[in-house]
Amino acid sequence: MFNNLRGFFDKLKPTFSEGGKLAWLGSTFEAFETFAFTPNRVTKQGCHVRDAVDLKRAMITVVIALIPAMLFGMWNIGYQHYIASPETVNCHFFWYCLWFGFLRMLPLLAVSYIVGLTIEFAFAQIRHHQVNEGFLVTGFLIPMIVPVTTPLWQLAIATAFAVIIGKEVFGGTGMNFLNPALVARAFLFFSYPTRMSGDSVWIAADLWGTDAITSATPLAELAAGLQPSASALDMFIGTIPGSTCETSVIAILLGAILLLISGIASWRIMLSVILGGGLMGLLFNAIGANAYMQLPFYYHYLMGGFLFGAVFMATDPVTAAQTNVGKWIYGLLIGIFAVMLRVINPAYPEGMMLSILLMNCFAPLIDHCVVAHNIKRRQKRAIVKSKNSAR
Amino acid sequence: MNVKKLLIEPLRKTNPVTVLVLGICSCLAVTAKLKPALVMGASVTVVTAFSNLIISLLRKGIPSRIRIIVQLVVVATLVILIDQFLKAFAYDVSKQLSVYVGLIITNCIIMGRLEAFALSHGPIESFLDGLGNGLGYSLVLVIVAFFRELLGSGTLLGYQVIPLSFYEAGYQNNGLMILPPMALIIIGIVMWINNSKTESK
Repeated sequence: MFNNLRGFFDKLKPTFSEGGKLAWLGSTFEAFETFAFTPNRVTKQGCHVRDAVDLKRAMITVVIALIPAMLFGMWNIGYQHYIASPETVNCHFFWYCLWFGFLRMLPLLAVSYIVGLTIEFAFAQIRHHQVNEGFLVTGFLIPMIVPVTTPLWQLAIATAFAVIIGKEVFGGTGMNFLNPALVARAFLFFSYPTRMSGDSVWIAADLWGTDAITSATPLAELAAGLQPSASALDMFIGTIPGSTCETSVIAILLGAILLLISGIASWRIMLSVILGGGLMGLLFNAIGANAYMQLPFYYHYLMGGFLFGAVFMATDPVTAAQTNVGKWIYGLLIGIFAVMLRVINPAYPEGMMLSILLMNCFAPLIDHCVVAHNIKRRQKRAIVKSKNSAR
Repeated sequence: MNVKKLLIEPLRKTNPVTVLVLGICSCLAVTAKLKPALVMGASVTVVTAFSNLIISLLRKGIPSRIRIIVQLVVVATLVILIDQFLKAFAYDVSKQLSVYVGLIITNCIIMGRLEAFALSHGPIESFLDGLGNGLGYSLVLVIVAFFRELLGSGTLLGYQVIPLSFYEAGYQNNGLMILPPMALIIIGIVMWINNSKTESK
């Protein structure tokens, strides 16, 4: 089968190469070819690392790591719908939930990929670049972090905004300083606040349309001064209302294990985000001025998008800090700011998105300081050495 | 004297906002609605044109060591005149613009044109240059305000433009358009389009 595919690409290649009929679509062809096969070109000068894992393979691993969360998210969409209106179930409960959620997620995924990839391909053709593979993950992430009732046209605008303003204006994949998926969510959050927060967006009322059944997420309940109605176990499993695929801690941990074993995401960032959030939670516990501050610190991991952000968003290799020390600082501050925003600012029940975007902006500065400090320290050592040797 | 060049070039090729990147602050502040943007654009155009004219007339008599102070006096006088005029004849717009009319005095475009052009050119040329630059500024202001009001409020000059049936079908105004960050992004997009067009020529 692989030989057939190889032959197919080889047959088509001249048409898309320089001088061929469809040369202007060259980068599109190139994208599909390298999607199927590892490119056979190698660097001619300088030293380089030989490794089977190129950018496309890394991206696919992230998508695979996201699949447990995606599947659970689908099931949870159906489950939440079932709790709100149990009379509609007409077949096996589990499959009903999964099927309902699948049908709700499919249009969101399709819109995100169609809009995003169209823009990516268009930019690649205009600029005569190769098509970048970054959108594989971004397009998968965007539908996972919005409420299930988000209207498709709003999702399309947000995706277009994220790809053009968040990424392409800076030069495409690898050049962006903000996480594009979070840019899309931030755009939705500030543009259409009534569709992104509040009590009437989290549970789909029916299979089609954007109507919702009123329900509050644990974070919204806490921001309103109540106690969360869901138990810690529910939140751990993920059977609570929330953005489509962020609710289940178990599913996210499965993804995290894959990312850590394959070495694609940085364990330093994951660990330090969790540490930062925990430290801030403990500090609030110690202050204990109101009910939200007295909430056990580990609740912050269970609620909302904290873990999802820590595992899949903060670890984005492009927008995170690059130096090892920088990663610790970057991750700690994300955790600290996320919990701080949640507890202190009731206007933003979920602080994870804003804190990751904020630290994305500061990541280059952190790196710069770390590198500058390193240079200074080594210079000092070198000067001392040369003085000693002079004696 | 090339009248066309003085008037047309600042609209595209040497636009004070998109090419020289001056006067961005007021672009963010007054462009949430079209009407204040139009009034602001007109005010700045009047001030740049007449301050250019006056400074150009005085240019041989101004000692160069105190020229900035003289320029400031002239600009401030014109700005106060405009402010009083707006308060008398367009009170509601003047309230919307609030401090930004007074802040025209700190608009970099005006001082920039005085220093770069009026001090070394004749009065008529200077007047046209001020007019052109003011219009270039107004043009960007109006473009940004047009999109922000249309997409952010669904209106233009206060009139409902997007039909109400759209809203019933699920359309929503874009709240981000009302916030200043979006003004910055739209100016960026205008710059992008403008620069890529002028570069290719």
